[in-house]
Amino acid sequence: MSDDTGALQAAALERFIDAAKRRHGLDLSGYARASLQRRVQQMAERDGHADIDALSAAVEAGATQVDHLISSLSVPVTEMFRNPSVFSALREMVLPMLASWPHITIWQAGCATGEEVYSLAILLHEAGLYDRCQIFATDFNEAALAKAQDGIFPARDARMWSQNYQRAGGQASLGDYYHAAYDHIRLDARLKANIHFAHHNLVTDGVFCEAQLVLCRNVLIYFNRELQHQVLQRFRDSLVRGGYLCLGNRESIHTAPAARDLVAVDADARIYRLASS
Amino acid sequence: MTSIDAVVIGCSAGGLQALKQILPTLCPTRAVPVLVACHTASDDLRGLCDLLSAVSAWPVREAREREIAAPGVIQMAPSGYHLLVERSGELSLSIDPRVSFARPSIDVLFESAAIAYGTRLVGVVMTGANHDGAQGLARVRHGGGIGVIQDPDEAEVDVMPRAALAQAGADQVLPLVRIGPFVSRLIDQRSEP
Repeated sequence: MSDDTGALQAAALERFIDAAKRRHGLDLSGYARASLQRRVQQMAERDGHADIDALSAAVEAGATQVDHLISSLSVPVTEMFRNPSVFSALREMVLPMLASWPHITIWQAGCATGEEVYSLAILLHEAGLYDRCQIFATDFNEAALAKAQDGIFPARDARMWSQNYQRAGGQASLGDYYHAAYDHIRLDARLKANIHFAHHNLVTDGVFCEAQLVLCRNVLIYFNRELQHQVLQRFRDSLVRGGYLCLGNRESIHTAPAARDLVAVDADARIYRLASS
Repeated sequence: MTSIDAVVIGCSAGGLQALKQILPTLCPTRAVPVLVACHTASDDLRGLCDLLSAVSAWPVREAREREIAAPGVIQMAPSGYHLLVERSGELSLSIDPRVSFARPSIDVLFESAAIAYGTRLVGVVMTGANHDGAQGLARVRHGGGIGVIQDPDEAEVDVMPRAALAQAGADQVLPLVRIGPFVSRLIDQRSEP
């Protein structure tokens, strides 16, 4: 009996990471391995390869497109008003403070298919702040960005999203913000007016804008600690003094150098504020 | 013979009662990390961890990402997240799609642990109403780890242990009262020089 099976699988993953870097310049080296291993394994199976090494060989041979690689490896899982208590915390604690700025810039990093940025747009609309906002929603997955831009989602999700919206303290009915057609819902164009969807890779691209609020939920969990620290520093550098950062419910900043400048506003909701001095 | 360096446990319907029964007797002399994926409806694990800590030999905590899988601590997957363990011993979380309708998924935890620990791992599948854990336990055993399944005849819900038995087979099929002592003995025997 040997201990080699795991070592062999891990080594195959490293060869895949090398191939993606060499062939496409796609840098996955800062990703936490366990979840990446599973995603690459699933990609290999979906694409009909015998194993990860066969997939890597296809990548080396130039038989895969970089967009296909990215959309296969970044599986977007999101919903509107996911973790409603976070949205009520934003509504109660952050939005009233944002109101003191004449122009509000918001960056949602890793927006995937857009459910969360539209949720935020609804919050801002109900707080009477939307017209003063410009919202940048970025992702490195072009296919997901295109879906986000469309703002069309399966109707089967809308019921759960309505419940989330109510639990987040929604002032109207979620149905006021979309038109249902066949088995889809199309979000209102007025929610899109001030949202700019753009391509941005958190691993390789720099500070995106100067913002009063940066949201990045459940993205950092896929990165190793070094990359987490680097990205958190980028968020910190993007924030104006007194600006806010909101992370995923099980993400933490405490080991990051950038944490020195960030004060918890609501620890449970993972909302932090950049100290003003 | 290699030592046992980690234990992974998966359970679903009836799992809380099962954990309450096995954790008091999971007390080997040598401390190892214990990672648990239990499908619970609760958003907040704190209450559950306190409840289990009160009866367990070792403290029970919610697992946090990038923390090290700590010896002598029972770390539970947070609700709504998959729990994975890296080869470095660091814990990771993910919100990848549900597996067998579950997140946390037992398969996801066990597969990552199989890669991380190989022959140095024990996997335990207990009561539950779906097939989660069957593939994970197969990976554990394929990697040379030890597979333990709760005796389906005494399980509160027998679907999960039966599915695991059919797909992965087991090194031991045991009633709850014998799981803790068996795993503890295995850890201590294997740690002798």
